[in-house]
Parts: sequence; structure tokens; C-alpha cells
Amino acid sequence: MSAPATAQQDQKDDLLLAAPKVDELAALLVAKDRPPRPSALSASLTFGWRAMLKIKHVPEQLFDVTAFPIMMVLMYAYLFGGALAGSVSEYVQFLLPGVLVMSIVMITMYTGVAINTDISKGVFDRFRTLPMWRPAPMVGYLLGDVIRYLIASVVILAVGLVIGYRPQGGVLGVLAGIALLLVFSFAFSWIWTMFGLLLRSEKSVMGVSMMVIFPLTFLSNVFVDPKTMPGWLQAFVNNSPVSHVASAVRELMAGNWPGADIGWSLGWAAFLLLVFGAATMRLYNRK
Amino acid sequence: MSTSSPTTRPDIAIETTGLVKVFGANRAVDGIDLRVPTGTVYGVLGPNGAGKTTAVKMLATLLRPDGGSARVFGKDVVKDADAVRSLVSLTGQYASVDEDLTGTENLILLARLLGHSKAGSRSRAAQLLEAFGLTEAAGKQVKNYSGGMRRRIDIAASILNTPDLLFLDEPTTGLDPRSRNQVWDIVRAVVAQGTTVLLTTQYLDEADQLASRIAVIDHGKVIAEGTKGELKASVGSGSVHLRLREAEQRAEAERILTDAMNAVVQLDADPVALTATVDGQGTDRGAAEQAARALAALARADITVDSFALGQPSLDEVFLALTDKKGATA
Repeated sequence: MSAPATAQQDQKDDLLLAAPKVDELAALLVAKDRPPRPSALSASLTFGWRAMLKIKHVPEQLFDVTAFPIMMVLMYAYLFGGALAGSVSEYVQFLLPGVLVMSIVMITMYTGVAINTDISKGVFDRFRTLPMWRPAPMVGYLLGDVIRYLIASVVILAVGLVIGYRPQGGVLGVLAGIALLLVFSFAFSWIWTMFGLLLRSEKSVMGVSMMVIFPLTFLSNVFVDPKTMPGWLQAFVNNSPVSHVASAVRELMAGNWPGADIGWSLGWAAFLLLVFGAATMRLYNRK
Repeated sequence: MSTSSPTTRPDIAIETTGLVKVFGANRAVDGIDLRVPTGTVYGVLGPNGAGKTTAVKMLATLLRPDGGSARVFGKDVVKDADAVRSLVSLTGQYASVDEDLTGTENLILLARLLGHSKAGSRSRAAQLLEAFGLTEAAGKQVKNYSGGMRRRIDIAASILNTPDLLFLDEPTTGLDPRSRNQVWDIVRAVVAQGTTVLLTTQYLDEADQLASRIAVIDHGKVIAEGTKGELKASVGSGSVHLRLREAEQRAEAERILTDAMNAVVQLDADPVALTATVDGQGTDRGAAEQAARALAALARADITVDSFALGQPSLDEVFLALTDKKGATA
């Protein structure tokens, strides 16, 4: 809409707008009692509810947790399947848990963009002046994002099952794998809340995210066994958190109990949460 | 949880001493001292970029001061930020609500965050929307609201709990006159219930309409402070506007006025008009009496005066005089 048209619209709306009722307002203001502040959990869940409302009003934001993962699975399965494992249905047994991890870890970066967008609008200032548990808005974003990751996981698994993925771990193994992945992604997302607060524009958040995400997800054991890689690369790949999570999820879904990889995944999650959670809250309080 | 009743409230809502905020080489706020009495509207007046918003953000705990101190109802905005947050609400320059959410959803969200129950949040939201004349727009996303509606939902969000201190940062910038008057009505209603309001504005008539005391800020410094009357008196008690019949008599009229009224005379663009600023100082006569004497002197000199008006200086004149003075000394 052009600017003059907007102004006209404004004028029209304002003319239709009822005058404020000052008496009613005065009556509302008389009550000076304040309810006790909400608990940390309640405040975080309220922000999670906000994220759900946003999905309701802007459903196209689900594109990146539906279309994008489908594309990832199909692309890599058919691109590499024949060459690497002889057939798509064979490769997908190895690939699917890895692509699941890769897709979800990639999707986490939208958290930073969402926070950065909120800051550039006034609503963030409002939240920061509320007397509540300080990390609540951040935790709320991430709770909302966990729902998005869950949707993406279901979509990827569905596509996988259609093209021949057969997890030997059954329902329990699959659920355990997804649960571990969600815990890791929640912790990993604090990297993006930090960048969302630190960087000035949405574009720079995107740029930095790509720089981190691409090497971290591709230099892993998601696509191939690292044994054929040069030693220095193996050193990185074998110790990358994404490799640990991918191995753990792959084994859990295959019906095994990869204790070491689960331990490493949770250890990384705790480390990321502590370091980047603290950095995020420091920036949030100082912004 | 601090629920301060009006009887135990301190008399001073805001007190700042040498408040400073520096962004790089720019001293956005450069040593501001303010004392805002409880229960009043205090106007902070200044042009764009004067440091008004930065000062408000420090008082609302959004920015840390780089120097000096600020207390809100006796609580330090840095050391006791949490206590300050429970007493204040901020309505920013841009609508500080979520544009993707509806009016109702925004108010329920914020009410929940303030600790209201689900049912309590819903009813408070509905009541406020009704009182603000927004019931019909309640289910629309805020991004579809007009400017006037945004301001209202924004102020509604600020009084979900009746705040002890409300910051209104340029609440009517960009509004048409009708919406602006309605926002003023809302502000008056809020103050009538005992809330202290700190209002920043670049509109002098807005400060004139609402504020009882005014601080004029320019380049991060307070350049004048006082009641409206004091500020106006500080630049003279008024001006006399004259229109003569004959343009060629203006030079003589100028000389007579300068002598008779001890006034600074300005020649207007209109060749028959001139304005004398009545000083009110250096003489024990009132401005009106001085003006009457000047008229008599003009009559004696056979100068025909077609119209004559004695006016109080507007805050515009005060503001321009103050900022000019600063410009001249800088």
C-alpha cells in the first residue's frame, strides 16, 4: 500500500474509532493492588504461549520446519544413496537420523533472527521493564522453538518411513532419539539468542549463523563414516557435538544403547547452556 | 511484592543527579538533574535527538547510566532495578506491543506476565479494551491498527497494573489532532487517579496542556526548568502585536516603542506590523500598563494603530528563546 493510501486508511479508522471512555478508565485505575509476580515457570510458559500465537497468526513461518526438512531428506537420499550405499533404501537407514539432526540444528538458527526482529521493534523494551524472572522471554522463545523442532522431526520421520527407513528401535527408540535431539537443540539455541542480542541487524545474524552452522553440520558423521577422512579432519569430526548427537540418535533409533554418545551429547548440551545461557543473560541485562 | 499505597509514597517520584549516558563520542545525556514531584505530570521538552528517550530509558531500567545516579520513589535504578520495575510502566516512542498478536492477546499476555490469573487477565483485558474504545478492534492483529489505535493499546498495556509512575515517550508524535486530544484525555484520567507521569514531547502545546512542571532539554542538558508560568516569565511577560495603517510610520513607531516600553521591537514580514517583547523586568509597571502607555505615546505622535494585541508568550517563544540563547553562547 502506498503512503497516502495508508494515511487515508488511518484517518478512516480513527473516525470510526470510538472515543475512549474516561470514566470507565478511571474506575479501572482505582484498583492499586498488584498480584504476586508469576513463577519462573509460569512466565516462561506464557512466552511459550506467545510463540504458539505467532505460529497461529503467521503460519508461513512453519515453512522452514516442513518444506525445508522434506527437501533435505529427499535431496541427500537420492543424491548420495546409490553412490554411497548401493541403494536409496539402504543408505536411508544410515542417513535419516543424521539428516534429522542436521535439519533440526540448522533450524535452530531462526531463534536468533526472531529475537533480533523483536528487539528492532518496541515490544522487547516492554518485556524488559516487566518485574519478572529475567530469562523468561528467552526460555519462552526456546520452548516455542522446541515445538517447531518437534514438528520438523515428525515430518522428517514420516518422509523417511515413506522412502524406506525402518528404525529397529521401534517407537521407544525413535522417541528416545527425538527426546535427546530436542534437549540438545534447546541448549544449542542459546548460541543464537546470544547472537540475536549481540548483532545489530537480522542480516548479520543470518550471516554469522551460516558461518557457524555449515561447517558444524557438514563436518560430521551425518553423511558418511569419518574413517575415509584425513586424520586432522577425523579429529574434528569425531569430537564435534553434532557427530555425537547424530551417532546417539542413530543408535537409539536402531535399538541400541549408545551410552558414550548420549553422555557426550548431554555434556555438550550442559556446556552450551551454561556458557551461552550466561552470555545471553549478560547481554540481555546490559542491552 | 511491593504494593506501595499512596499514603506511604515518597513525595519525590524521580530524582536524578548528574545523570550521564555516552554513546561513543556522543554524550546523549550529559549531566541531567531532575526532581519530579509525586502525583504530577512532568514534561520533558526538547527537539529530536536532545536525549529525552535516552534519559527515559535509563529511568525505566532499560539502559545503565554511565555516570550520576537516578532514583525512582527512592529506589536506585541500577542497584534496585527490580523494585523500580514493579512501580513503573513505559510506553515507548514506537508501539511496544507485539504487532503479530491481536489487541486482546497482547493485553492477556502482559497481564499473565504481571501475575494475573488466566480469568483475571481476560477480564482486565476486556475492560481496558472497552474503556479505550477498542472493543471492535480487539480481535484484529495490532499491525492492522491505525496510529491512534496503536497508541491506545500501548497505553492500555502500560496500565494493566495501575503504575505508580508512567513514562510516556512522545505519546502523540504522528497523531492527528483528534487522536491527540483523546490521548490527552487518557493521560489526564491516569494522573487524576494518582499516577505520576513523566511525559517527553517535542510539542510545546502538549507540555502546556498536560504538564505542571517542565524541563527543557537540549544537547543532553537541562537548559531550563520550572512551572509553565516560571518558564514563560523567564523570557518576559508577554509581547505586544501592533498593526499600523501606514507602512511609512513603522520606523517612528519602532523608536517610540523602544523608548516608552523599554522593549525589544521586532519588525514583522508584513510592512505594517511590528511586535514588541514586553520585558516586565527593570520597571515596576505591569506589562498591560506599559502597553497602554506605549499606545498613548503612539497616539500623541499621530501614528494610527489599526489593531493591537497583548499576549502571554507561548511556550514556543520560550523554547526558541532558550535554545537561541544556548546557540549564541555555544
